[in-house]
Amino acid sequence: MAVMRYREALNAALREEMARDENVVLMGEDIGVFNGAFKVTAGLLEEFGEKRVRDTPISENTIVGMGVGAAMTGLRPVVELMTINFSLLAMDQIVNHAASIRYMFGGQVKVPLVVRMPQGAGHQLGPTHSHSWEALYLHVPGLLVAVPTTAADAKGLLKSAIRDDNPVVFIEHEYLYGQRGEVPDDDDHTVRFGEAAIRREGSDVTIVGISRMALTAARAAKTLSESHGIEAEVIDPRTLRPLDLDTILASVRKTNRCVIVEEGWPHGGVGANLSALITEQAFDDLDAPIQRVTGADVPMPYSKPLEQLAFPHEPQVIDAVLATTKAR
Amino acid sequence: MAERVADSTQNASLPEPDVARDWLAAMLLIRRFEERAGEMYAKAKIGGFLHLAIGEEATIVGSTRALRDQDYLISTYRSHGHTLARGSDPDRVMAELFGRVDGLCRGRGGSMHMFDLEKRFMGGYGIVGGNLPLAAGFALASDYKCLDEVTLCQFGDGASNQGTFGETMNLAALWKLPVVFMITNNQFGMGTSLERHSAVTDLLRKGEGFGVPGMRCDGMDVQDTYAVTCEALRIAREERRPVLVEAVTYRFRGHSMADPEEYRTKEQVDEWRKRDPLAVFGAQLVEAQILSADERERMDRETVQRIDAAVAFADASPHPSPNELYDDIYVLGDQVRGWYSVDERTSTPHRGEDERSMTGGNLPGEAQYERALGSSDAPKPTDAAQDDND
Repeated sequence: MAVMRYREALNAALREEMARDENVVLMGEDIGVFNGAFKVTAGLLEEFGEKRVRDTPISENTIVGMGVGAAMTGLRPVVELMTINFSLLAMDQIVNHAASIRYMFGGQVKVPLVVRMPQGAGHQLGPTHSHSWEALYLHVPGLLVAVPTTAADAKGLLKSAIRDDNPVVFIEHEYLYGQRGEVPDDDDHTVRFGEAAIRREGSDVTIVGISRMALTAARAAKTLSESHGIEAEVIDPRTLRPLDLDTILASVRKTNRCVIVEEGWPHGGVGANLSALITEQAFDDLDAPIQRVTGADVPMPYSKPLEQLAFPHEPQVIDAVLATTKAR
Repeated sequence: MAERVADSTQNASLPEPDVARDWLAAMLLIRRFEERAGEMYAKAKIGGFLHLAIGEEATIVGSTRALRDQDYLISTYRSHGHTLARGSDPDRVMAELFGRVDGLCRGRGGSMHMFDLEKRFMGGYGIVGGNLPLAAGFALASDYKCLDEVTLCQFGDGASNQGTFGETMNLAALWKLPVVFMITNNQFGMGTSLERHSAVTDLLRKGEGFGVPGMRCDGMDVQDTYAVTCEALRIAREERRPVLVEAVTYRFRGHSMADPEEYRTKEQVDEWRKRDPLAVFGAQLVEAQILSADERERMDRETVQRIDAAVAFADASPHPSPNELYDDIYVLGDQVRGWYSVDERTSTPHRGEDERSMTGGNLPGEAQYERALGSSDAPKPTDAAQDDND
């Protein structure tokens, strides 16, 4: 085990997969000479050269589209978009092309493409750089969606994403880039998509936390145990497509209560969807309505106090858990 | 870069007789195929939108005949002709229009989304301008692997106004990619005429500011289109840089079958029809005694018979089975199991748990998944259900 930051774990994954497979190519804005807006690609240009680490012009839709085309014809491109907000410029290539091509052409080709992008609020970047949109990509059949929380998962899931033959939307988090965690040294450390992690075991309530919110949920669980005598089970799904619904259902069948925490908007969110799935599959096991804790239903404000109000923190998670236990 | 527009009335030197016959046959196949597709659409055998390339045969055949087998071709939603010219089986192209299981894309793409990997026809695409970045991506892969392949990317005059046009020109020039962009300038972006949709109507100039030089060919003249495309492909292949070619042509039919054509005059259409590439080139071959008038007629009759057979084939091909609805969304395998990735709606509990217990938590691959699905009691198609869809 080595302790490293989330961004370093991502960097290691890229380096190892590039060394392992010469068809892995990186493309993105300022990923080379500048070393990446968030330094995830630091040092890779120097190590692998301009042919494999390609600085691009600011042309999101075309960068992703070239990645789709190159993936269809034998490469394994990893495209970096500077934030998830900018990925909307590439929505046509991600949804109309990457996600649809295999299906609409009757399975004749595959699109082994990874599109990496960070999301998340907290840096006062206002409404064009701060959103959390895993729900947008979860919506699309044909895409795989990863939302790693820990450094180990960042590395293991990115390696799996690069090796997978499907297009992957790989959603990182700006706050998490600097977080440290233990990462297995093994070059073949991968994390399989579709396997949730149980971050904390508990018998009283299930808390599902997406992306950074898995950490917020874990902190809330600690307080709930210490101050309220409530033992929460915290689940980090790690990938949303495929979704390890079984692990979540098994937990809900044990605890009979569920709170879902996400940073994105409430309408049509990950929690809305997951809550429907749980209700369909485990209605009889629920002792209380499922609670959702979400980002506020607003474009992200710049003002520091307003921004802090606009995404979930520990107290809101605790309130939601207490609301489910009141129905006892 | 020299601009050239050939005068199609001067057939200085026709190609070798075999080549000339092949070009005429290829244009005939497209013409008769498209005409019959139009009829089948009117009979509701074909659904959705149907965009015919009648009038554009010389552009299609002249440009695609300049390609080598290993070169890539990518096109738009008006792509029956492109895939036929690349050598796709007309049976399977018609079956795709009919939405049947023997179609090129198993009935999942339809008219706008043809694809034939074996022929390196890399697809028709329904998003105007959406295919340009893909073409640059093919060229990037060819270049990356130091292969001799070139990509020919076809799109319409309307697509030259999309953001992807400028973005892709810039990137292709910046990275010196072996790709030829061909604007099939048929004078209209749907129902909006060239001078009403583009400030610069000299379309071959639209790439210059991005570092992509332009050439022009007479898209009604198969010989000129062939010659100019050959030169463009040579530059891309040997000099490793992109070229833009404007093929000036015209579609004789509407944008799609649902087009009252209020945006153009009958006189204009008639004027262009005088330059019908099939009639002009056919007459040239007869005049040059490469073909007798009888042979030309026989060639036409045989083409019609070939299309008859394609229609019969398509009509006899079954609709896709309901079991295919969820096929090919993902490459299934070790980490991407069925239900975990795709929510196959039923009122019964989801199949994820079965999948996991069935395989001890480890699904080895697609084959086993297929077998497992085969043993489920999914609904089977009935004749009645199929009739409803006709």
